[in-house]
Amino acid sequence: MFELYRWKELFQNWFVFAEGFGITVALSAVSLAAMLILSIVVGLVRCSGNRVLKGIMLAYINFFQNTPLVIQILFMYNVLPRAGIVLSPFACGVFGLSLYTGAFGASIIEAAINAVPKGQKEAAYSQGMDYIQTMFIIVLPQAVRTALPPLANQCVNMIKNSSALAFVAGGDLMYRADSWASDTLYYPQSFIFTGLLYLSLCLPLSKWAERLEKKAVRV
Amino acid sequence: MNSFLTGDTIVFLLRGLGITLVIALSTIVLSFIFGSVLGIARYTERGIAAKLAALYIDTVRNIPLLLFIIGFRFTLPLPPVISAITAMTVFTSAMVAEIIRGGLNSIPQGQWEAAYSQGFSFAGTLMHVVLPQTVRRIRKPLMGQFVTAIKDTSFCSIIAVKELMYSGTIIMGKYVKSIQVIALYAVIALVYFSVNMLLLGISKKMVKEQS
Repeated sequence: MFELYRWKELFQNWFVFAEGFGITVALSAVSLAAMLILSIVVGLVRCSGNRVLKGIMLAYINFFQNTPLVIQILFMYNVLPRAGIVLSPFACGVFGLSLYTGAFGASIIEAAINAVPKGQKEAAYSQGMDYIQTMFIIVLPQAVRTALPPLANQCVNMIKNSSALAFVAGGDLMYRADSWASDTLYYPQSFIFTGLLYLSLCLPLSKWAERLEKKAVRV
Repeated sequence: MNSFLTGDTIVFLLRGLGITLVIALSTIVLSFIFGSVLGIARYTERGIAAKLAALYIDTVRNIPLLLFIIGFRFTLPLPPVISAITAMTVFTSAMVAEIIRGGLNSIPQGQWEAAYSQGFSFAGTLMHVVLPQTVRRIRKPLMGQFVTAIKDTSFCSIIAVKELMYSGTIIMGKYVKSIQVIALYAVIALVYFSVNMLLLGISKKMVKEQS
């Protein structure tokens, strides 16, 4: 584990890891944006009056929360091409991660909206606002405080889960680390370094989430 | 052209499900034990044990499970299934520890003071007063983590552990028709779904019986 020459070779091959790191960051960023939009839309529908749409969204949430991400990504990668839909591994990753994490995000948004006192909504309606206006101008800004800490935790989970892209040879950090390690057989070095890279991405985020949580408790 | 899901195929998939359940249940039980110890240690906030627990939790929680699964398989001399269980336990313990610490933090300080004033020791207060209240409060996130553990067993397929996901991939090679492949994916997804729903249902029922 401490053989210096191995570490030297690892740092000489830094670009392998840098490339994978870049893809992991890009994948996470795009999926985060898509996941946030999806969570808000599904969360809003879940809090609306339309029974049919609510049922469909509940089915979506339950299905994606209770089946593994790996199956979802492999399905998109292996099965969709048979229906004529060919997605790149990166696109599979974006769709998989945002659909999977969005199911959790939607529950968080739904709970946060329900935590805002009912009077706020009624007051907005009494001023002549419609559902969309009420939600975006009055309710959601107040729901953000409750929703932000768990959403930040979901974001950390999403970065970690982006490693599932390795199943479809997505070229992300996990995949690059694994293939570099099997080329050189320098397993411990590769995995320790990769762990540190993931840590550098996730630790600040989860510390931020922790601080937000403490603040939310105090208020 | 063979028919979809023959007897052999079903037995093969069931064997995969068995391994999935063995990995998941061992992980859940072990990480509940280790996670509780770590969570309580970190909750005390003083001394070397709290510092070590915090270091462990913060490190492990921010590294993907897949890295542990692959890393342990290639660096530790363990058989595949044991290596998978070890990796998953290491990871899930950190997640469970944070949930338990969060629950402990939500118990009002007055509970401790009241118990101390009645002559309870630290361990006595924890066991008889604080933990029973904590477990009730953290039931939902804890169950969520256990469901995640069941889903995460599918990551173990990357080190060729023959769990459900991997067995499914092997069988897939037999099928040519798209509809068969789609149906097979649906079957596997539904099995995971049912196991998780069953777990959530049982936990809901247990809470109802308690109250």
